[in-house]
Formats: sequence, structure tokens, C-alpha cells
Amino acid sequence: MNDTLAGWLQILALVVALALSFRPLGDYMAYVLTSPRHWRLERLLYRLGGVSGDADQTWTAFLRSVLAFSLVSVLFLYGFLRLQNHFLLALGTPAMDADQSFNTAVSFVTNTNWQSYSGESALGHLVQMAGLAVQNFVSAAVGIAVVAALIRGFTRQKTDRVGNFWVDLTRIVLRVLLPLCAVFAIVLVASGVVQNFHGFHTVGTLSGSTQSIPGGPVASQEVIKELGTNGGGFYNANSAHPFENPNGFTNWLEIYLLLVIAVSLPRTFGTMVGDRRQGYAIVGVMALIWAASVAVVTANELHSVSSTAGHTAGGMMEGKENRFGIWSSALFAVSTTLTSCGAVNSFHDSYTPGGGGMTIFNMMLGEIAPGGTGSGLYGILVLAVVAVFVAGLMVGRTPEYLGKKLRGRQMKFASLYILTTPAVVLTGAGIAMALPGERAAMLNPGPHGFSEVLYAFTSAANNNGSAFAGLSANTAWYNTALGLAMLVGRFLPVVFILALAGSLAAEQPVPVNAGTLPTHRLLFVGLLTGVILIVVGLTYFPALALGPLAEGLR
Amino acid sequence: MPLTLRTLLLHHLSALRMLLVLTVITGICYPLLITGIAQAAFPSQANGSLIGGNGGATGSRLIGQDFDLPKREGRPGGPDPKWFQPRPSAAGSAGYDPTSSGASNLGPDNPVLIRMIEERRAAVAAFDGVRPSGVPVDALTASGSGLDPHISRAYANQQVNRVARVRGLHPATVRKLVADHVEGRVGGFLGHGDVVNVVELNRDVAGVA
Repeated sequence: MNDTLAGWLQILALVVALALSFRPLGDYMAYVLTSPRHWRLERLLYRLGGVSGDADQTWTAFLRSVLAFSLVSVLFLYGFLRLQNHFLLALGTPAMDADQSFNTAVSFVTNTNWQSYSGESALGHLVQMAGLAVQNFVSAAVGIAVVAALIRGFTRQKTDRVGNFWVDLTRIVLRVLLPLCAVFAIVLVASGVVQNFHGFHTVGTLSGSTQSIPGGPVASQEVIKELGTNGGGFYNANSAHPFENPNGFTNWLEIYLLLVIAVSLPRTFGTMVGDRRQGYAIVGVMALIWAASVAVVTANELHSVSSTAGHTAGGMMEGKENRFGIWSSALFAVSTTLTSCGAVNSFHDSYTPGGGGMTIFNMMLGEIAPGGTGSGLYGILVLAVVAVFVAGLMVGRTPEYLGKKLRGRQMKFASLYILTTPAVVLTGAGIAMALPGERAAMLNPGPHGFSEVLYAFTSAANNNGSAFAGLSANTAWYNTALGLAMLVGRFLPVVFILALAGSLAAEQPVPVNAGTLPTHRLLFVGLLTGVILIVVGLTYFPALALGPLAEGLR
Repeated sequence: MPLTLRTLLLHHLSALRMLLVLTVITGICYPLLITGIAQAAFPSQANGSLIGGNGGATGSRLIGQDFDLPKREGRPGGPDPKWFQPRPSAAGSAGYDPTSSGASNLGPDNPVLIRMIEERRAAVAAFDGVRPSGVPVDALTASGSGLDPHISRAYANQQVNRVARVRGLHPATVRKLVADHVEGRVGGFLGHGDVVNVVELNRDVAGVA
């Protein structure tokens, strides 16, 4: 079989697998988020945690719970990292410095998993599994809880209640994430991913030298790293490392895992709002953008002429693994940057200007196609609100979406949501470029160096976590600045989403009439895609022109 | 409920308790359970797919190694002609160092990378006695992990004559070994095929000689 056919088949198999999961997983999550019945284990958890599982919260109480849980998570993880050398399984690693601990704690709590440390040399096993991997679970669940509140805002009427954060959090972890992780962790181990508690194991190699083989509970962390769109690698090389991703099958499975929840959530949305066609329209837009992006990156990487190095070598294999080649690397790169995952199986810094530039653009879209677990759906629903608003302006009537009128208050929250991340990205990258010491952190010369800095802030503010990894980001300045970018990029939008949810829930629904824009038809799919591309394109065009476009147009 | 300092503190205390409970479940019980099952059902894979005979492991079939001559006076010895050579590696200063996995991260137009590729092309062509224009791309570029255990079939075939000559073997014997080690795509279409695991190939070449 030739490369092209195999590449297409692999993409086709992925689409089929996601399509088959869409209905059962989406409906199951809808059931989990709406069922009135608690498990006995869940009741025990609520009692141990001292929270109430029975009363729904107002949007402000929901928000306070999200923020309180995230704050104690940051503090707990920060303390864990600062003291990790005192715990079991530390493997002789020292305590992490203050600025890096702040960066890492924020990074995992915000579902970003930006890593300015190198896993195999900086961290022991216990802090990885009981510190970082725990946040992989709960930060993903927080995202789904927040989007559940937003969906309830659309479905409920004349109430100030949007759900119970503790119930959503607990159920998503126990009923959705844990069972899927347990199954697929075993599949990964069977395929070669390691799962042990060894430290480095020194062997005498064939050529008479020595080599230190690492260990660790990798499979259990690998699976939630993808499923929760976290992306933080156990080892520095992330999913390019043979112990995290040993062959073509695990690679395909990891891509499937990092997409499957975000792709299925529109079904959850459609089911919960009682009109599944609404979910199909949303997932249609996601699929359209994803497919276009796969085409752009794959084509760029296959044709190496736009890169002098690629042209000299005869192909774009710098930073890519032989067992994956171009097709499987490009598919991973697109999927990981269009979700907020950020795991990598190849190093984007060495991609062509077109391919690498596209990975930056993917993140700039705001992680919506399909986006992070939960955050992807709430991101695209805000853009749907904007699209409906734009359509309303064209015909001069008050816009409505899913039976709720969108007035000034809702549009303010939607606009603030959309403005937050670009403001953080452009301000952060701008300040870094103005400081000579921070400019010096670039590895590569010319426009590509600027792309490294732009990538870093885009990745942090959109909670992706991948990098143009040439940038030396482990400095006090970058650790602090990118840490703040991740915090603001995660929690300000969450505030606006929950405020939007609260304001929608309070409204009385309006009946559909002849003037209502149908939001399940192809027309709306096109309109929403157009709005997304125009909003993002106009916001970031100058920055992209200075980086990837300047590189590509030499 | 009014927002007093006391209610705020109680609220955060609850949040901490929830975090601790979830930490026990997802951070302790879950990885221990997976480790238990993995060690019972798939001990070889779970422990790193180690290869080697009675004298102990000589590496992992998943982790590439360097096949260099011994260091002389602290300087790298350079590639050893009796072994099939792996790809260039950016893991650690000498390459193939699993304590420091990673890529070069050199950009698509970085003059440093372009010069490295040109130097590698000349060096590999001279080492294997082939035309510089025929050297395959994976011999000129470093992988993402720096631990890539595979080389392309083309790069393996290019090295056959050199390895056979140095080891005093018939080239056909070595060529057959290479052919036996060519791996296809998983299930016929997943990943990239036509690759040779250089660690396993070298182990078997050493077994013949």
C-alpha cells in the first residue's frame, strides 16, 4: 500500500470511529449530566467533601465553586512540586523552583499542560501521578461542568439555577473519564506503553556503551492526557517518545482519544436542548475546519519546497519519528492544536512555515474545532451566539438562539469572551518582543524566532500547551508571564460563560416564528464558519504576517 | 448566604476536601490498579520491552541506541562501521540519551540546520560509500524524541555493504537480515511502514557474526 492511500485510510478510520462514538458517548454524557440519581459512592464523596449534592446552584455560586476548587488545586499542586523531593518515588529529583512550580501548577489546573520542565529529569513518579495526572482528570471535568451550565442556561426558563458544580465534576470523573481511561490504559500497555514504578534502569548496550532506560506509571497518565485534552507528556518528548507512543496503532488511538469527548459533546448539547439537529450543525462546523486544517498541514509537510532545510534534506523529517512519517505526524499536529490538548508526536518548531503556521492559527481559532473537553463546546457556542447576532443585524430584528432572545447583556458577555484571549496573546507576545532578554530566549533566527514567542503566548492563553519548543521558556519571566496568560485565558472566559448561562436561564423562551433564523441548516453552518474565520483572521492577521507568513513568503 | 470571611474559608475547605478525595481515587487507586493489571497481564511491555540474553538486558526494542566507537580521551568516537547506524539524535549531547529526550527544534529555514544536513549528507555518503544525492532523508534529520529506534528500509539497505565488509559476512546474508526486519504499517495502514528496527537488526547481525 502506498503512503497516500494509507494516509487517507487512516483519516477515514478516524472519522468513522469518531462518528460511531458520537451518539453513544454524547447521549451517555447527556444522561450523566441530567440524571437525578446519585451513585452511593458519589453520595459518600459529597459527604467526605462536605458539599451538597442535591441543591442546584445559581451561576454565581457555581462560579465560586469552580474558582475555589481551582484555587485550592493550584495551591496544592504548587506545594506538592515545591516539596516533591520529600515524597516517595522522587527518584532523586530536587524540589522545583518557585517560578516553575507556579507555572506548572497553573498549567495543569487550567487544562493547558504547558511544560517548561522536562519530565524525565525534573519530576518523581508520585508528583506526576498524584499531582499532575489528578489535574488531568479534574480540569477536564471542570470544562465539561461549565459547558453543562451553559447548556442548562438555554434549556431552563425563568430560573436562577444552572446546575451543581460538585455533582457535574464528580460524575464526569467517576462515570465518564475513569472507566474510559481504565480500558484504554490497558490497551496502551498491551501495545508497548510502559506502566511500572522503576527509576532509570541502566543497561549495557550492544555497542558496549551504557544507556539509562526510564520507567514510570506512563500508560495510566498517557490515556487521560489525551482523553482530557491535557497534553502534558510524562517525558519531555511527549507522544514522540516511544514509551508514550510506541507504534502506528497507539498513535492513531491517541488521536482518537484526544478528539472523542470534544467531538461527542455537540451530541450531548443537542440531546439536552431537545433538538439533536442543533448538535449536528455544531459538529459539522468543527469537522469542516478540522478537515481543512488536516489538508493544509499534510500538504505543506509532504511538499518540502517551502522549507530550505526540508528541500536540502529531501523531506520534512526533522523532528518527526520514522514510525509515524508525515501523514500520521500531520494528523496528530492538527488534532492536538485544534483541541486544547497540546500533546505532540513530532516537533512543530521544525515544520514548514505553512504547516507550523497552521498549528498556530488552529490555536488562535480559540480551541473550538472540536476544542478542549467542554471548553471547545462553550467556545463555539459563544461564536454561534455572535453568528446569530450578525444575522440579526442583517435583517434588523432581535436575534434569538435556541428560543432565547439575545439582548445587550448576553452580547456583552459573548464579546468579552471573544476579546479575552487575543488581548492576552497579543499583549504578552508584544511585551516579550520589547524586552531584549526575553527576545534572546528564541532558538531560531528571523521571523521564525518571533513565531516561537507568538506560539508560546497563543498556546498558553488558549490553554493548548504545545510549543515551538526551541524557545527557552524556563526563565522566571516566561514562567510568570505564561502562567498569568494561562490563568486569565482560562478563568475570565469561564466567568463570562457562567454569567451568560445565568442570564439565559433567567429568560422566558420565545416561540419559533417565520423570522427565526434556523440554526440547524447548512446556511447556519456556513455562516458560523465564516464568522469564526473572519473574527480570528482580522484579530490575528498582523501578528501572523510578522511570523509564519513572512517566513513562507520569502 | 452572605459572603463573610468565615463562609469563604469553609467553602475553600470543602473544595480542598473534594480535591483530596478525588486525588485518592484518580491519583492513587487508579494508577495502582492499572499497574497491577499491566504487570500481571503484560509484564514485558509494562516494563519497557527489554531485549537481551542471559547476561542481562542490552536495551529496549522501543528505544534507539547509539552505535558509536568507544570514546577516546573524552571525545566521541564516531560511528562504528560494524553496526547499522541509527538516525541523528538530539537527545542529550551525545544523542540517544533517554534521560534527555527531545528534538533539535531547529526551524525550517534555520541556517544551522541546513549546514548540519549538508555535513551529514557528505559524512554519511563517505561512510557508506554511496553517492551523496542518494542518502535518504531520515539519515539526515533528527527525530522528535531523539530515541527513534527505526531507520527507513532505504537507509538500512544503504548500509548493508559496509556492515558486511567490516564483519566479513556475505552481503546477501546481511541483506536478508535487513529484509527480515522490515516492518509494515500496523494493520496495513496505521503509521508509517517500510522501517527497520535498528536495535533488533543489530542484535541479530551480532548473533550471526
